[in-house]
Amino acid sequence: MEKEILRIERLSVSFSQYGRGLARRRLSAVEELSLSVYAGEIVAVVGSSGSGKSLLAHAVMGILPYNGRLEGRIWFNGEPLTQKRAAKLRGKELCLVPQNVSYLDPLMRVGEQVTGGRSSPSRRGKCKSVLAGYGLEAGVERKYPFQLSGGMIRRILISTAVMETPKLVIADEPTPGLHPEAAGRVMGHFKEIAKAGAGVLLITHDIELALLTADRVVVLYGGRMIEEAPASAFSDETKLSHPYTRALCRSMPKNWNPDGERLCDTGDILSYMRKEYGR
Amino acid sequence: MKQERQNRLRHGGIWFGGQILRAAALIVLVSVLAFFLVSVSPIDPLQTNVGQAALGAMSREQIEKLEAYWGVDTPPTERYLSWAFDFLRGDMGVSLLYRRPVAEILAEKLGNSVWLLLSAWVCSGLFGFFLGMLAGHRRGGSADRFVTGLSLVVASTPSFWIAMVLLLTFAVQLKWFPIGLGVPIGAASEAVSLADRLYHAALPAASLSIAGISSIALHTREKMIEVMESEYILFARARGESEVCLILRHGFRNILLPAVTLQFASVSEIIGGSVLVEQVFSYPGLGQAAVTAGLGGDVPLLLGITVLTAAVVFSGNLAANLLYHVIDPRIRKGGTE
Repeated sequence: MEKEILRIERLSVSFSQYGRGLARRRLSAVEELSLSVYAGEIVAVVGSSGSGKSLLAHAVMGILPYNGRLEGRIWFNGEPLTQKRAAKLRGKELCLVPQNVSYLDPLMRVGEQVTGGRSSPSRRGKCKSVLAGYGLEAGVERKYPFQLSGGMIRRILISTAVMETPKLVIADEPTPGLHPEAAGRVMGHFKEIAKAGAGVLLITHDIELALLTADRVVVLYGGRMIEEAPASAFSDETKLSHPYTRALCRSMPKNWNPDGERLCDTGDILSYMRKEYGR
Repeated sequence: MKQERQNRLRHGGIWFGGQILRAAALIVLVSVLAFFLVSVSPIDPLQTNVGQAALGAMSREQIEKLEAYWGVDTPPTERYLSWAFDFLRGDMGVSLLYRRPVAEILAEKLGNSVWLLLSAWVCSGLFGFFLGMLAGHRRGGSADRFVTGLSLVVASTPSFWIAMVLLLTFAVQLKWFPIGLGVPIGAASEAVSLADRLYHAALPAASLSIAGISSIALHTREKMIEVMESEYILFARARGESEVCLILRHGFRNILLPAVTLQFASVSEIIGGSVLVEQVFSYPGLGQAAVTAGLGGDVPLLLGITVLTAAVVFSGNLAANLLYHVIDPRIRKGGTE
């Protein structure tokens, strides 16, 4: 068994919000979530938008907004991950690969952003070789984000993680807006990172892509975890326990069959879920 | 490549020509408006400058001579056109009050005002920028509340009132600064040093900068808040960059552009404010000359000052536009790649 890199136990994230007048209420976004990521493994967290996926990533990184409150426990590499420890490890052993170009400073050359301010000759050299390794042409480090295509930006964002030797990489929606071939290539990069010994937590709403790369899949709905299953379970829906997951499985084009609609009515399931989870 | 450069040059040329045309149109409109306002003003140049009693004691011929001197008997359109044609030939006319060429007076007054305007402009820009960054870095924090409060109070205080308070405190009570004028009283003009000029300009410049700080601070704060809440700051934080690093590497870079634009656009506010502040400190600058010319019905001088300040304000805005092209890589490189 590989080493456990990340363990999350009963994690809840909530926000305080001012409602009408001075009434203050707590809005819970993630409830009682538990999961583990082992070294060399890709765990996909799948859920529709608003299911709390990105917040999970921010909570682990310790970069929740100031009005966010975190409960539960997180272990990283065998030791409790406190806010202080997260602040020390992030950008080094704990890396985030964000969603899109808006996570890059629009007025800074990408090379400078990949080296991340600690710009020594050796780091600049490494930056060049990492970028070249991702098939980016020489001289790309002198460009600004607006001069690059979506696919190139994605590879730049991954490069920021590979510049270090991360033990855990959290990828937050790394593929939207890419055509399937490019998305497949990006996923390949994450497989390489896992092969090099890091744990990868892949956050996505694209179940097909998750199954393509991940070893295990965690399904979120309304901030709660409703199922955790090995990726292989999705080829045989009887191995899945929750009706929502089964519906999700059946919604994939390759699993679609003509009498699928009769077997399982997605609308029914969704209305049941809304009642059950309150959103 | 060569073709591309030629294209860019041609575009630049067209753009620049357009700007010159705009400047010319602006100056024509401003001078017409200023002239129109003077001609409808109820001030009778004879009564104001000669005095009611003296006018009563004068003979008919003397009064007619004076009327001809002040141009009271010539229709306004004719007066404006003759001024405009002379102006196009480079002759700004002779000031009726100072009895010297307008160009000469403008040079002298501008020479006095330039220190005042420049130091006020630089100070308000630097302090406003710094305070705005400080406030915007942590929205709702104590620094933010202090800077926002200060800016709102200052923004709602007229600049001449600030000038009077500074005058009372630092010149009258504490006697740290002279109470007025641009140079020491009774000193020969050769004996006046640059230090003397700056010393006399200190209080007026301070009043002008204080009045100018608030808008720059508030705008910078707004932009800084936007930057601090942006996703690239979040990502930089996720990569372990320290707070100081965040502000210096990302914050500064991203709020510099709007701040520069704002700074050049504030030239008009500084010049406008200087009219009142110079009046309070009896500072012999452009602003005071404008007030004298306006109240005394000295049309050539007033038009000269109006055209000059319009040109300065226009060049301020033009400079902001040009700088944007130089600083912002998205504009600088956007067209070529």
